[in-house]
Amino acid sequence: MKPVEATTESFKTDVLEADKPVIVDFWAEWCGPCRMVSPILDEIATEYSEKLKVVKVNVDDHPQLAMDYQVTGIPLLGIFQGGKMVKQLVGARPKAAIVSELTEFLG
Amino acid sequence: MRDVIIIGSGPAGYTAAIYAARAQLNPLLIASSVEPGGELMKTTEVENYPGFPEGAMGPDLMANFQAQAERFGTEILFDDVVEVDLKGDVKIVKTGAGETFEAKTVIISTGAAYRELGLPKEKELSGHGVSWCATCDGFFFREKTIAVVGGGDSAMEEANFLTKFASKVYVIHRRDTLKASKIMQQRAFDNPKIEFIWNSGIAELKGEGKLEGVVLENTVTGEKSDLALDGLFIAIGNDPRVWLVENQVELTEERFIKVEGRSSRTTLPGVFAAGDVIDPTYRQAITAAGSGCVAALDAEHYLASH
Repeated sequence: MKPVEATTESFKTDVLEADKPVIVDFWAEWCGPCRMVSPILDEIATEYSEKLKVVKVNVDDHPQLAMDYQVTGIPLLGIFQGGKMVKQLVGARPKAAIVSELTEFLG
Repeated sequence: MRDVIIIGSGPAGYTAAIYAARAQLNPLLIASSVEPGGELMKTTEVENYPGFPEGAMGPDLMANFQAQAERFGTEILFDDVVEVDLKGDVKIVKTGAGETFEAKTVIISTGAAYRELGLPKEKELSGHGVSWCATCDGFFFREKTIAVVGGGDSAMEEANFLTKFASKVYVIHRRDTLKASKIMQQRAFDNPKIEFIWNSGIAELKGEGKLEGVVLENTVTGEKSDLALDGLFIAIGNDPRVWLVENQVELTEERFIKVEGRSSRTTLPGVFAAGDVIDPTYRQAITAAGSGCVAALDAEHYLASH
């Protein structure tokens, strides 16, 4: 499954009410490291589509969401479960490192 | 088997690749999966790289380095080296994607990684007020009060850059003089939004879920004081990235890779090192590039005699 682009309006249904863990990628066009992480998340979305969902939030288009979650550094990957952000990874890192941080959510 | 594998894609790695490729050594350069281009990718205007009288943007400069290396046939792999075995005549390099490569020589140009303050809460607050990348995160601090900690060129560049967004930028520095170049210092002194807090270190980070301030400690008197902040940018230097090779090649006391004299030769035959990973002193794009050139010439010489 391809990552979903969430908006301030759709965040509740896309993320908070999702029936599996959701990785939310807070990103922006001007952020170089975000561009490195983006294709990795596309792969994760496809490879682990049974276990989790990947959602992207453009912080330029949806600053309210960045403010709600007090995001002041990107890329920030927030892992949401049961409507709450339960874990976060800040900064670009290799795919293997991201996947190993997700082990607990991959069951 | 390959003649040369280059690990790292900053000015040292790409310069080594340009020279090695022109010497027809068909280099493979392993660039990293998420940080290709190295430190300059995080900078904005680079004004001191010769040949660019109007200056160049860091990422553009690195794109040019890459294009020049590719022009002469360098093969570039955007993956991470996770393990090496450099002891034998055949050097073995393994990547994150599980590929194994063999080469007669290896050039290590893995650079340096930013240093942390080492305070409790630093990790928890990173991305929530604590940052290492002004060009990445400055945008979030429009009309806010922030501080940069550090006294070198990167700290001055970050402070100046951040005044585009923030209403106030403090520069917190442990001494009462700066290590930064004179021109960068003067720019910071002349900037009305920048205020210096001298002889001070950070003793504590405050805030739950989001940075709210720091406790400063005067390095002369030991006196502590509170400073309310929305953001803190850490620019206190870098540590050489040596974990891949630390048990195989000799390091210096300061944990840089040890090289012989002005050469790039490490303590293992056929293994060369260049750039910030060997340089405790200069750490400039141009010195790293020069050092990458030295490594490629040393590797070429080694291959000719082995």
